[in-house]
Parts: sequence; C-alpha cells; structure tokens
Amino acid sequence: MSDPANRRVGRVLGINAWLVYVFLYAPIALLIVFSFNDNNNVSIWTEPSLRWYREMFGNDEVMGALRNSLLVALVSTLVATVIGTALAISLERYRYRGRGTLDGLAYLPIIIPDVTMAVMLLIFFFQAFGILDSLTGIRLTSGLHTIILAHIAFNISFVAVVVRARIAQFDSALEEAAADLYATRWQTFRRVTFPLILPGVAGGALLALTLSLDDVVVTQFVSGAGSTTLPVYVFGLVRRGVTPLINAVSVVMLAASMILIGISLGLQRGATVRGQKIADPASLLEDVSA
Amino acid sequence: MTQGPVTPELERAAEKAESRRGLLIGLPAYAYLILFFAIPLVLVFVYSFASRSSTGLTVLEDWNLDSYRRLADPLVIEIFVRSFLLALITTAICLLVSYPFAYYIATRGPSMRNILLVLVMIPFWSNFLVRTYAWRVILGSDGIASQISQVFGGEPVRVLFTSTAVLIGLVYGFLPFMVLPLYAALERLDWNLVEAARDLYASGWAAFRKVTFPLSMPGVVAGSILVFIPSLGAYVTPAILGGARDVLLGDYIVSQFLAARNWPFGSALSFGVMFVMLLATIFYFRVGAKSL
Amino acid sequence: MATPAVELVGVTKRFGDDVVAVDTLDLTIEDGEFFSLLGPSGCGKTTTLRMIAGFEYPTEGSVRIHGVEMGLKPPNERPVNTVFQSYALFPHMTVFENVAFGLEMQKVANADVETRVRRVLDQVQLAQRADARPSQLSGGMQQRVALARALVNEPEVLLLDEPLGALDLKLRQNMQYELKDLQTRVGITFVYVTHDQEEALTMSDRIGVMSAGKLLQVGDSHEIYESPTSRFVADFIGEINLLEGEVTAPGAARLANGSEVGIPPGHPSAGRVTLALRPERLVLHQVAGAVPDDRNQMRARIVRRTYYGDVYFYDVEAGLSAPLEVKEENRPDVVTHAVGDEVIVSWSTDSANLVSD
Repeated sequence: MSDPANRRVGRVLGINAWLVYVFLYAPIALLIVFSFNDNNNVSIWTEPSLRWYREMFGNDEVMGALRNSLLVALVSTLVATVIGTALAISLERYRYRGRGTLDGLAYLPIIIPDVTMAVMLLIFFFQAFGILDSLTGIRLTSGLHTIILAHIAFNISFVAVVVRARIAQFDSALEEAAADLYATRWQTFRRVTFPLILPGVAGGALLALTLSLDDVVVTQFVSGAGSTTLPVYVFGLVRRGVTPLINAVSVVMLAASMILIGISLGLQRGATVRGQKIADPASLLEDVSA
Repeated sequence: MTQGPVTPELERAAEKAESRRGLLIGLPAYAYLILFFAIPLVLVFVYSFASRSSTGLTVLEDWNLDSYRRLADPLVIEIFVRSFLLALITTAICLLVSYPFAYYIATRGPSMRNILLVLVMIPFWSNFLVRTYAWRVILGSDGIASQISQVFGGEPVRVLFTSTAVLIGLVYGFLPFMVLPLYAALERLDWNLVEAARDLYASGWAAFRKVTFPLSMPGVVAGSILVFIPSLGAYVTPAILGGARDVLLGDYIVSQFLAARNWPFGSALSFGVMFVMLLATIFYFRVGAKSL
Repeated sequence: MATPAVELVGVTKRFGDDVVAVDTLDLTIEDGEFFSLLGPSGCGKTTTLRMIAGFEYPTEGSVRIHGVEMGLKPPNERPVNTVFQSYALFPHMTVFENVAFGLEMQKVANADVETRVRRVLDQVQLAQRADARPSQLSGGMQQRVALARALVNEPEVLLLDEPLGALDLKLRQNMQYELKDLQTRVGITFVYVTHDQEEALTMSDRIGVMSAGKLLQVGDSHEIYESPTSRFVADFIGEINLLEGEVTAPGAARLANGSEVGIPPGHPSAGRVTLALRPERLVLHQVAGAVPDDRNQMRARIVRRTYYGDVYFYDVEAGLSAPLEVKEENRPDVVTHAVGDEVIVSWSTDSANLVSD
C-alpha cells in the first residue's frame, strides 16, 4: 500500500481513530478530575480536595450498597462461572437429543434486553412467592437472595459463550491423547482440559463480575427494602439531582473496574509466560461475536 | 470385566451412555435456565393476557387481548417508532464511527493492535452507569460542554434532557459492542483478496466496496445486532440523559410495573418489543447473508 | 507362533444410517511387524486405526490385541499408544512433562519416570530440549516428542496416524528412515496409516490397501506393486496401464485394437479380462528392428514425451481406450524416440497381472 492516496487515507483513519479514543476517555477523565473538586457545584472547578471521598466513606447508605454489590457480584459470579463452564463443555464436547434447542435457550439471556429480563423475573418471583405462601404459608420477600438468583440467571450464558469460544479453539485431539496415555476422564479434565480453558473461564468470570456490578434495571426490579446495590443507589441519586458525592462514588466504581482489568491483564501475562496461547478479553469477545 | 465382540446394540448403548453424560454435565445450567428464564418468559406471556383490577393488581382471570389491542394506540405506536428510530440512528452512527476505527486497528502490527484493543476494552469494562453519568455532567447547561462553548463565544449547550443527549449516551455506551465484532471480522480478512482486486484494476474505493466490505459483513451484522437490540430497550441511558417529554420504550415498560401498575400491559409491551427485536435480528441476518 | 498383535474380525463402522466408513474388515497384524494401512482420504484407514485405539467403537465386530478382546474398552484401558497427525502435544507442559504424562497416569514411581523419560528422549535425540515447550520446537522436533511420549509407555502396539504429513520433503524422507530403524530396534508392532504410497512401500513389512471402507489387498511391498489383484490397487500404487480384452482361448485374449496377446494363467474361460501392466515393463522398439517372438507386440505412435531427467515417459497411441504409458531409462544404450515416431511396443506375458474391477 504505497500510493499517495493510500497514505492520505491512512492518515485520515489514524486521526479518526485518535478522535474516537478521546471521545471514549474524555468523559471518564473529566469525571475523575472533578471528583477531587472542592465545590458543591459539580462542574465548576474550585480547588482540589478529598472532601467528597471522605463523605462517601462516612455515608452508611453508600457503604451498605457497596457491600451488597460486592457480595452479590462475588457469589453470583462464582456460581455462574461453575455452571456456565459446565454448560460450555456440555454443548461443545457432547451430542444429545435436544441439544439444538437447549443451545438456543442458553443464548437467549444474551440477546434479551435487561428491561425484559427485569420484567420476567419480577413477575416470576411475585408468582413464586405467592404460590409458596398459599402452599406452605411461608412468606418470602425479595432481597439480596433474589438479586443473586437473578444475576446468576443472566451470567450463566455469558460465561458459557466465552468458555465455548475457548474450547472451540483447542484441538480435541489433546483430550484423546490424554486418554490414549491412560488418563481417566477426570484426570483428563483436571490435567489437560481445565488448564487450557482456564483463560476462557477467567474471561467469563470477569465478564460476569462486570455485568453484575453494572446491572441496574434487573436489580431494581428484584430487590427489596434494604437490599440495594451501589449502581441502583447511584441511579436513584442521579435521578434526584447531581451532586459531587456521586462523582466520588463513580470514581470509586471506576477504580474497581480498573483493578479488575488490571487483574485480568496480569493473569494473561502469566498465561503468556507459561507458554499458553494468549487469550486477552478482546480476542475472547471477538470469538464470541464472530 | 471381560469384553466380547461389539454388536450394534452394544455400540448404541455405549453412545447413549455418552450422550446421557453430556446432558448431565449441562443439567445444572439447563435446570437453572428453565426455572429462572424459560418459566419467567412464559409467565410474562401469560400475564399479557390477564386483567388488571381497579387497585392495580393483576387478576389471572378474564383473559383478554386488551393489552395487545392497546399496542395499536397512537401513543404507544409513537413511543415504538421513536425508540425504533433512535436505535436505528444509534446503530448507524456507531457503524459509521466504528468501521474506520476498527479498520485502523486491524491494519496495524500485532503488538500495536493489542494495545489499541486493550484501550478500547478499558471503557467497556468500566461501569456503564458511571460512563453514562459522566455525560450528564458534561452536557448540563452549566456543564463542561457549555463552559467550553462559552469560552469560544457560543451559547451554553442545551442538549441535556433531549433525544440528542440520549443518542450521544447510547453511542458512547455501545460503541465497543460495534468495534469488537468489526475488528474481529476485519482481522480475519484475507488481504490477498484485496490485492487480487487491485491486481485486476480496481481502485482503492472499488476494492473496498466490492471485496473488503462484503467480506466484513458478518462483523457488521453482529455489531449491528449487539447495538440495536439494547438500544431499543434502553432504560438507564434515557433515564439519566433524556427528558420526560420524549418517552422511550424502556422507561415506558418500567413505568407499567412501578408507577402505573399495569402488569398485563407491561407484559404485552415487553413481548411487542421482543417481537420487534426478533424481526430486526432476522432482517440483519438476511441482509448479511445476501451480501456474501 | 506368537499371537498376532492385532486382529480385526468382521469390523464394521457405520455413522448414522447411511455412512459406512469401514465395511466388514478382516485383518491380522503380526507381532513385531511394521504394517501400513494405505489408501486415499476417506477410505476408512484412520477410522480403522481409531477403532484399534479405542477412540471409536465398531458398530460390529471384534478388535483383539494379542488375543485379548477390546470390546467397548475406553482408550485408557488399552495397551496401545497413538502418535497423532497433529502431534497433540500438551501446550501447557514441557517436553519432559509431555513424555512423562502416560507414566504418571499409570502411577509409575517418580525415579523410574525420570529414568525412562530421559532414556527415550535420548533415543529421539531431544535430551537437551527436555524443558522446552512444544511451541518453541520445530515441526520435526514436535513429531519426535509425540513419538517419545507414546514409546516411553512400552505399548504392545504403536499406532501412527499420518505422522509425517506436516513435514517438508527432505525431513519426511529422513524421518521415514528413522522410524523404520526405530521400529526394528525396539521391536514393537507399528500400525502406520498413510495415503502416501511411497512411504508405505519403503517402510512397511506388509501393506493393507483400503478403498471406500473395504480392505482390498494385503501383502508385502513386492506383492502389492508387482501383483495387484484389483484395478484400484493397481492404479493407486505407482503408474499403471490397464488393457481390456476378450478371452479367445486358454492363455490368449483379443484387445480392443484387434491384437491377439498372451495372458497369464488364472483367467476365466471366457469373457472380459483386464490386464495391468507397469510402464517399466513395456519396451519400445523401432519398426525396422527385431522383436523377440515370445513377447506380445503392437504397433503404436508416440503422442507425447516427458523428460524427468533420469527417465523418459512416453504416451503411445495403440488404438486402445487410452494411450499406453511407457517408461524408459535415460541411458546411452537406450534409443530415444521422438513425438510422432511409429514404434512397436512389447511386453512379456508374465509381466502383466490380471486384475478384477
């Protein structure tokens, strides 16, 4: 590609690319900067201060919501990752009647918008609790447990999709080789399959964690009194009006995301060093979306 | 256990045992999805035919099509159309912005590519609510965009709480969903084909139009679906950036369950939206398949 | 007489209702021999190998290893090891760990594992790379690791699925010698699957030629090459001329161009026969020259000549369904003919084979 026209096109593309990056990062950068602003007005810069962070950490509601978010995210990610990985293995490595339909079922949570999911689960829990009450007299209400159950429901599919992409990449002859070398099924899984799909499992878990921490609508619909999560809490605040406190909380949430990204990149680096094929989140998502 | 020669019956039995094993491994997932996904979906469908009592409770009798009839209301249609157009424009803008961007990344060297991709992923992994909230701060009439425009002698920017703000927010939020599939498709592209086209006297633009773009179609389709569907049902972004005037589907559905307490209608709406999404997905796939 | 290493009796493999990958195969592979399964892609040779290994079960039939029926035993319970076409080396383990894997699974003591792995790595000349990862090795080295990983377990039978396919020509030829050498030294029965007839001919003690799921002929290299029993085998190995004729008398037939020729014994008393003639068994003579009477002969015209450096291939038109291919060495004492020349082509009756369709 050496025509002058091509060079011009290349330059334009480059400029476009950098503009997109600015577009992507400017809002985040601004938010971070203004969270250190010592002014009640959100966007007028006065002087740097940690005032809002102090206020945030002293705020019981915020801290409670934060605790709930972490709990929900960790539990739902753990369960969804285990179940989702098993699902991926079942779909990729085995054939059985009805697999096609079940495959479709496993994809649905990914394409269904969160509003619909929220509606579905709201009605479900309402009905379920009603039936349970009339059958046994036990009266359950929504709370952290329903949030966790809901998050697991949509996360299973996301984990499965990511792990499946990883499984599809690896030579099934490897598992045959293990069996040929006297490994039982369990030994094959533990010594060959699992180490090789681990980047996929980690990627899936990371995705699940992110989706859980991001979720607003589904959580809002299935939570009860006193069981709010941080995004839902912030959402409520924002609708009432913007305060710098929200900036601080937002930055903390951002920081949490960054830490997760850092961990994932670090894990990948480790995987590369041990000679495995690189599986960065980008390539996982591209496998998924292809 | 001593073995004997294999017969078709034995072989079939062995195959069945293997199948059963596969099904069992997936069983926790299937059970969970049926209980917490398939059944709720059916419930929504059932509710869409139910009645609403005067106090707003759902009455599972007097099955009717009222909720669906109401979907034909001019108000409802207006909301559908508005949401549909918004989703369409969001998808179009995302495509227009992302395609050159993904092309640029896909045509860099491998190490550069990885860095560029990670830089795209970081906003993606960052909290969605926070990223949308940032625009609230920027677009307010005393927000940063206003300040900048006033510095240049212009007026304060009055974009917040309009559809434009929602559009910006949606594009911003869903851009990575378009970039990644496009990048994946372009990265897989066999550039020899483009060179062959040039060898056969095609200009740069013609080669793009006739070779590169059609071959990247799977990425275009995937990205479009990944942007269009959530945009159609968007709730958080319009809630934060949009105004009360221009009601969109997401908020309209949510209000049926929280404020208006009309669950049957909300269920019918949900199904209506899902139906439109299904049509859109089929449409995108058809368009994509035709170009190949 | 030692128990045969592998016996396949009536082995059939059907996929679904319509695909018959292997059709009633009967095969005996002797202890300590280098046996090749040869055939084009899709002929069922790999499926057969996999049934011996245990990756597939037959739909019907019996697979026995040293007399022991394998039945529905999974691969990890069979005393055989496989060298895969893609090598299937575990990417997350070192060379040493790869080779040691089978021994670990059999719970061999650590000290023994160490000794045996080191010994086998010496045998394949990879002792220095024991701590490398597969991705750091060249194709040829990876292949040797795959071999070592299988051999270290001292299996009763070693199965090789087109192991040299991914290597370039020179390397492949070297590895062929090495493998044959290794097999002779170690004495383990090798079952080798390939589509490359040269490989099969040079390396094997015996060859089984397969096509469309059936085993067509089993024999040593000489038998397969010199005495093919079917059209397919004759055609698949090397170059062949196939001449159709009608039996006219015992030991005689008339060809399509009217020539009366002698045919080998064992033919039906009447009807169609097909003669298979290797190009090197045909000789070209000048029209004016003398041709010995005991040879079959016909007039022909040269329509193409291809020069290979060491040999000339002539396509000669003799009025048969297709031109005959004749191979003549490029030697000073052999006359070189030109395209368009009229010649006489001859062969001796016993150098032809009768083949069935």
